[in-house]
Amino acid sequence: MQRKSAPAALLLGLLLAGAALAACSAPTQSGGAEAPARANGDITIAGSTALLPLVKDASAAYQDRHKAVKISVSGGGSATGIAQVAGHAIDIGDSDIAAPEHSDLHDNRVAVVGFAIATNPSAGVKNLTKQQLQDVFAGKVANWKQIGGADQKIVIVNRPRSSGTRAVFAKTVMGNVPIAESGLVQDATGTVVSVVKQTPGAVTYVALSGVTGGVTVLSVDGVAPSAANIVSGKYPIWSYEHMFTVGEPKGNIADFIDFVQHQTGLVKKNKFIPIGDMKVSEKDR
Amino acid sequence: MIALQARRSHRVERIALLGLRIAAAIVILAMASLLLYLAFEGTKTFFVDRFSLFAFLFSPTFAVDSNHPGAAVFIVGTLAVTVFAIAIGGPFGIAVGIFLAEIAPTRMTHVLKPAIEVMVGIPSVVYGWLGLTLLVPLIRTHTTSPSGFGLAAAGIVLSIMILPTVITLSEDAFRSLPTSLKEGSLALGATRWQTITRVLLPSAASGLAVALILGIARAVGETLAIQMVIGNATQFPAGIFAPTASLTTEIVTDMPGATQGTLLEHALFSMAFLLLLIAMVLIVLVRLALRRRS
Repeated sequence: MQRKSAPAALLLGLLLAGAALAACSAPTQSGGAEAPARANGDITIAGSTALLPLVKDASAAYQDRHKAVKISVSGGGSATGIAQVAGHAIDIGDSDIAAPEHSDLHDNRVAVVGFAIATNPSAGVKNLTKQQLQDVFAGKVANWKQIGGADQKIVIVNRPRSSGTRAVFAKTVMGNVPIAESGLVQDATGTVVSVVKQTPGAVTYVALSGVTGGVTVLSVDGVAPSAANIVSGKYPIWSYEHMFTVGEPKGNIADFIDFVQHQTGLVKKNKFIPIGDMKVSEKDR
Repeated sequence: MIALQARRSHRVERIALLGLRIAAAIVILAMASLLLYLAFEGTKTFFVDRFSLFAFLFSPTFAVDSNHPGAAVFIVGTLAVTVFAIAIGGPFGIAVGIFLAEIAPTRMTHVLKPAIEVMVGIPSVVYGWLGLTLLVPLIRTHTTSPSGFGLAAAGIVLSIMILPTVITLSEDAFRSLPTSLKEGSLALGATRWQTITRVLLPSAASGLAVALILGIARAVGETLAIQMVIGNATQFPAGIFAPTASLTTEIVTDMPGATQGTLLEHALFSMAFLLLLIAMVLIVLVRLALRRRS
């Protein structure tokens, strides 16, 4: 009798285990804010896809020097970075934009990023005024020939509402003019660039760090988006790159952020600008 | 000894029964809490943010910044891609179903069936990737569409994705017909074509309706593959090649930026709840069609 009941007990045990699993997968509070169990010293980072190349390079260099520290880096967009770090899901939230609505977040500025207006070469323009840019992205002009380019339909490629790049572009170029909703929307810096490269007449705004060959980078009001022009304040489309932490960063996290801020070689290699070089501040734009 | 045996098996039975009841209760509980949670979060747009249900359903302006999350564009987008997909995939799938059930030799069925099953197993991101690398450039170079992204690309990808569902279920619908129907028709001198169009098709109608409705359900719910090729523009499709967005693609595009407790999050939850309601309506339709058959 004792022996025979063993399978039944096993069956019941399995069912209970299944029940526990099912209960775990039942819907809980949204947001995925539950902090994963992490080994001490590991750092998780997510957010801006514009800042991603620099953070990836810096974390590789940092891990070379500190073998015990594991850093995981992912994208998702600036708003994701802010939301996740505010929800304590990650250690550092990367963002191209400030987060004034989150008073508990500590703003660690690591670099300055310039944004380019990039077109498919078929557009046939090299320079646009700020007014022309507004007209293009507001959907007021439909063909490049209307603003001195080739006879080619304009295809706007946007970033989603959660994008910091989009927020910076809207603030520095569009002002109060809404961006036309007729444009395509692509998730990340990389996909935006590849779509512009393939699509005749396409135009987008993209971090200089994400610009690759095969697209034309425009001057704005006759000023090219070079480091010198951004530093002196002549080129208007730029912002600080932020690495947000909950409260003042401590320990490894503080050490890594400090490391990123002082890697001027890596910063420049990825086409960012060291904050110390800037001769103007965000208020002067 | 026999009494002991009986008592023992009785006990095993009771424990097993209890286990099965627990399993069923957990499933029901999970479904109910899912439904309640979506209903709770999905109605915040109307009860917390005080946005009107009418405007949510019929306003084409999705402007969260100015507190106006009208979802009409996405609802129309979902309808448009679904109609597009079912218009191509429906007749094609039913045709293959007829072929498999009535015409194909057994050896051919042995090859075709596993091929169709493989189609079900291909992840949707692969369909989307193929759409992005093959279909979008094709549409761009051969039509007036400047980018290639849009309703047509999404609809074609979807029509392929719903094929396995429609084919398998319509084949089943034909196979479940009594053979006497077919034999009777042929014995009366009807040709094969006449037998299929005048006898088998009408008799299998409710089964084919189930096939189409489940194909529609698959099309309405598909997300990733569509998001990669539809263009995700918040505008009504101005033509079959124009970029637009659907309920699912809008949720996945803006979800990363939807901070908890904001209007954007509430609006996306409302869209998710709407998708759930659509799925429920479709399942009710399937039940009705099945009841008609029996």
